[in-house]
Amino acid sequence: MDKPQNNRAWFMVLPVLLLVAFSAIIPLMTVVNYAFNDTFGNNAFFWVGVEWFKETLESDRMWGALQRQLIFSFTILAIEVPLGIAVALAMPKKGVWASVCLVLFALPLLIPWNVVGTIWQVFARIDIGLLGYSLGLIGIDFNLGQNASAAWVSVIMMDVWHWTSLVVLLAYAGLQSIPDAYYQAAKIDQASRWAVFRYVELPKLKGVLLIAVLLRFMDSFMIYTEPFVVTGGGPGSATTFLSIDLVKMALGQFDLGPAAAFSIMYFLVILLVSWAFYTIMVNLDREEERNE
Amino acid sequence: MARIELKDLAHSYLPKPGGEDDFALKTIDLDWDDGGAYALLGASGCGKSTLLNIISGLLEPTRGQILFDGADMTHAPTTARNIAQVFQFPVVYDTMTVRDNLAFPLRNRGMQASYIKDRVQQIAQMIGMDSQLSRKARGLTADEKQKISLGRGMVREDVNAILFDEPLTVIDPHMKWELRTQLKQLHREFGHTMIYVTHDQTEALTFADKVVVMHDGRVVQLGTPEELFERPEHTFVGYFIGSPGMNLLDAKIDGNMATIGSHQIPLGAGYKSPEGHTQIGIRPEFVTFTTDASGLPVQVTQVEDVGRHRIVRVGFEGNTLCAVLPEGTPLPEGTQHIAFMPEQIGVFANDWRVTPQTGGAS
Amino acid sequence: MLELRDVSMKVRGRTHIYNTDLKLEPGTMNVLLGPTLAGKTTLMRLMAGLDKPTTGQVLAHGKDVTGMRVQDRKVAMVYQQFINYPSMTVFDNIASPLKLMGKSKAEIDAAVRKSAEMLRLTEMLDRKPLELSGGQQQRCALARALVKESDLVLLDEPLANLDYKLREELRAEIPRIFRDSGAIFVYATTEPEEALLLGGNTATLFEGRITQFGPATDVYRHPKDATTARVYSDPPMNFTPCRKEGGQLIMADGTSAPVGGAFADLADGDYRAGFRPNHLNLNAESDQSMALTCTLGIAEITGSETFLHLHHGDDKWVALVHGVHDFEAGSDITLWLDPKHIYLFDADGQLALPAAYAAAA
Repeated sequence: MDKPQNNRAWFMVLPVLLLVAFSAIIPLMTVVNYAFNDTFGNNAFFWVGVEWFKETLESDRMWGALQRQLIFSFTILAIEVPLGIAVALAMPKKGVWASVCLVLFALPLLIPWNVVGTIWQVFARIDIGLLGYSLGLIGIDFNLGQNASAAWVSVIMMDVWHWTSLVVLLAYAGLQSIPDAYYQAAKIDQASRWAVFRYVELPKLKGVLLIAVLLRFMDSFMIYTEPFVVTGGGPGSATTFLSIDLVKMALGQFDLGPAAAFSIMYFLVILLVSWAFYTIMVNLDREEERNE
Repeated sequence: MARIELKDLAHSYLPKPGGEDDFALKTIDLDWDDGGAYALLGASGCGKSTLLNIISGLLEPTRGQILFDGADMTHAPTTARNIAQVFQFPVVYDTMTVRDNLAFPLRNRGMQASYIKDRVQQIAQMIGMDSQLSRKARGLTADEKQKISLGRGMVREDVNAILFDEPLTVIDPHMKWELRTQLKQLHREFGHTMIYVTHDQTEALTFADKVVVMHDGRVVQLGTPEELFERPEHTFVGYFIGSPGMNLLDAKIDGNMATIGSHQIPLGAGYKSPEGHTQIGIRPEFVTFTTDASGLPVQVTQVEDVGRHRIVRVGFEGNTLCAVLPEGTPLPEGTQHIAFMPEQIGVFANDWRVTPQTGGAS
Repeated sequence: MLELRDVSMKVRGRTHIYNTDLKLEPGTMNVLLGPTLAGKTTLMRLMAGLDKPTTGQVLAHGKDVTGMRVQDRKVAMVYQQFINYPSMTVFDNIASPLKLMGKSKAEIDAAVRKSAEMLRLTEMLDRKPLELSGGQQQRCALARALVKESDLVLLDEPLANLDYKLREELRAEIPRIFRDSGAIFVYATTEPEEALLLGGNTATLFEGRITQFGPATDVYRHPKDATTARVYSDPPMNFTPCRKEGGQLIMADGTSAPVGGAFADLADGDYRAGFRPNHLNLNAESDQSMALTCTLGIAEITGSETFLHLHHGDDKWVALVHGVHDFEAGSDITLWLDPKHIYLFDADGQLALPAAYAAAA
């Protein structure tokens, strides 16, 4: 062999590795360190083993947050994915209007998360918010601060408004890649609109939808800024999702040990659920390919 | 099944076409008989796909009419035309089984389940897929998928026409044979009107009873494979049909003699001196090597052995000519003499065939 | 010289290329002929160094280059898709590999013009690839491969996406263009006729194995086994079971003919006869010709010739006969076969006796 392979390439990667080490690996190790120790400041640590994990697992608080989190994530998935597909299907395929639609749909994705939260916070207010005020006029008490279901509706609507665009864009890109011949063949076969969707469009969208579901799941599972701005996790703990709970624990109460244990488990749960999602969807795919 | 007429048809992709150059499809008048097997042959960009899209209803022509059995279909949508189409790349419903794929056009039309079952079985047998009916379509090879596309095109008995858009492009040579003959067999069996678009002369000639040769937005000839080979109406047909194509030589025509430089070539018939740019055309198959010194002196430049025959390229008066020698005949080398079979020589003026005045069968 | 020594390729337990030895000489055209998925592209990628073989070595000029990066070797590749840089002119497209090599402006200009001349692109040098026809786009890609003066030029079905007639033209040009360059050319195709027209050497590939390698017409006329014969025939070769008894060759339907020459030395027994479609005739070629009665399935007319699709007992045959014949489908016709055109294969598919006509040629 004249030359070892890829030697130059490794040097190129080195700066990134260093950066990742500082930004991710070292903080992560710190978290691990906190999770197994107790501290009273001054850098004095006491080994407590899995005590923090036990405590966290036994607390109702964590289970409550997890339950709310799952309900939230599955609800927004159930809304955003079908809605995103429907919007993508309704969009014009080419021409000026296609570009206009794309730009419009990309807009919510460009707005910083705290701004999105603020927009909806204001929007839902009963005194000056368009939504809260008009609902009040027709006799519905839409008070975020007191009414749990109003808080939930707001948070979900906000997420749908913010993130359905992502599904739309992905689905639209998927639809664009379907050759015209398929539509023409379906027309010739006199397939109904539903049949075209079921047998032509949906199978071709599967790949991008898998990505959309994964992205939306992971992202919504970690949601923090927007509900924090809108509801602050309230009323009570009605919209306290995992990450809000975590911050309350770590910064509000300065329970660093349990918070560290919590975040490690949080990370593992996301990993596990995402992996499960991926495996299930890929397997579904394979099973179909295997032919009966 | 239907007879398809194209009347004074023209199409331009420009919103306001001006001169003739703006038209992708120049004036076309064509009748397709009910139950005929037709091929639409031409190079890419000649307008054959445009014509196919007009027949299938994907495009509305700028001018002219299209009639199915006398009924005006010019503005009718694809669904109303009751046609079937097979595309260049296999279009199958991946998530369906082979059976469901074949049954799909029938089910959408609300046919009886028992009829569908029988018909699907019959078609599957014809395309040789009856043992794989329960398989999902996505796992199949390209040629199996294309067979399904063919089958789906064939499954409806009442279609007005079946259109094929270069259906064998993605198929291996060995499979091409099988699919092409299967298609021909299916035509014999069911008698559908079939229109087959291709740039491949072998596919066009072997499939069709009548071939429509298109060039630059026009139909230059409609004829049987034999007619296209023996009596091309246009130099393009001479060049495009045959492999290698017809040899074309600039020549002066006078009576039954063609003159090239200082050489005289006897023609099979007499011609009144035609006007314009005159050429003679002779197929490589009818060029022979001769020991007769009255033949044309040529220099052999290249010999290609294609197995069952050899293609010999020779230089003559600054032109390159091809001759085809059958396998087993001795190879000519160096300077040689060639002769043309007089009755196989065609005469062209401004690219169009000139009809002989006297004598000769051609 | 490029040498593959005991090279094989396995991906996830599936063998794509079985152990292969192959030597390619500089200045030769080498055609890899085989159906889709036979392993042509895999073999080319191994030659180029795009993939590392599972076993074996790749040697260029006697030096081991296994695992060497493709960038560090002088390799050019042309694909079935027309790959050019769409935003550059044809000139810049052709010049791009030279610019990467850091050649001087004058050198680049001369080299580009020379290869553009060869590929008849001189007029198009200022245009962008997308303004060109498919044939011209592929010429541009070919010119770029040529200008690099690579040791190894790999052409992976470069004409497959072109119109039939354009293919015919470029097919005649390619050997001429590359003849003088001194590089090793490897050309993958699925079409036997293309392999014959390009000339040079042919390697027939089937299911990951090179079944035979040699000069094109040699492989065509002297196939070592039934697989090679089948791969190197379009229309496909006809096969039928037969028996040798003494000096007689007896077909399955009982038709027999005396055969002379080397046939006499062959052991008596069952064989498989193979013959090409153009050797079935409508009239007897010689006194030895056998009359075989077949049922016609379908006749295809090409203008000057007719393909007859035939059933003979359980066998399906194709005959290619001169002239235009419109026989009735389903009718019985007699076709003549001269035994000198018959290849005999043994039970394993190995050639037992070459056709006498080929041996004489």
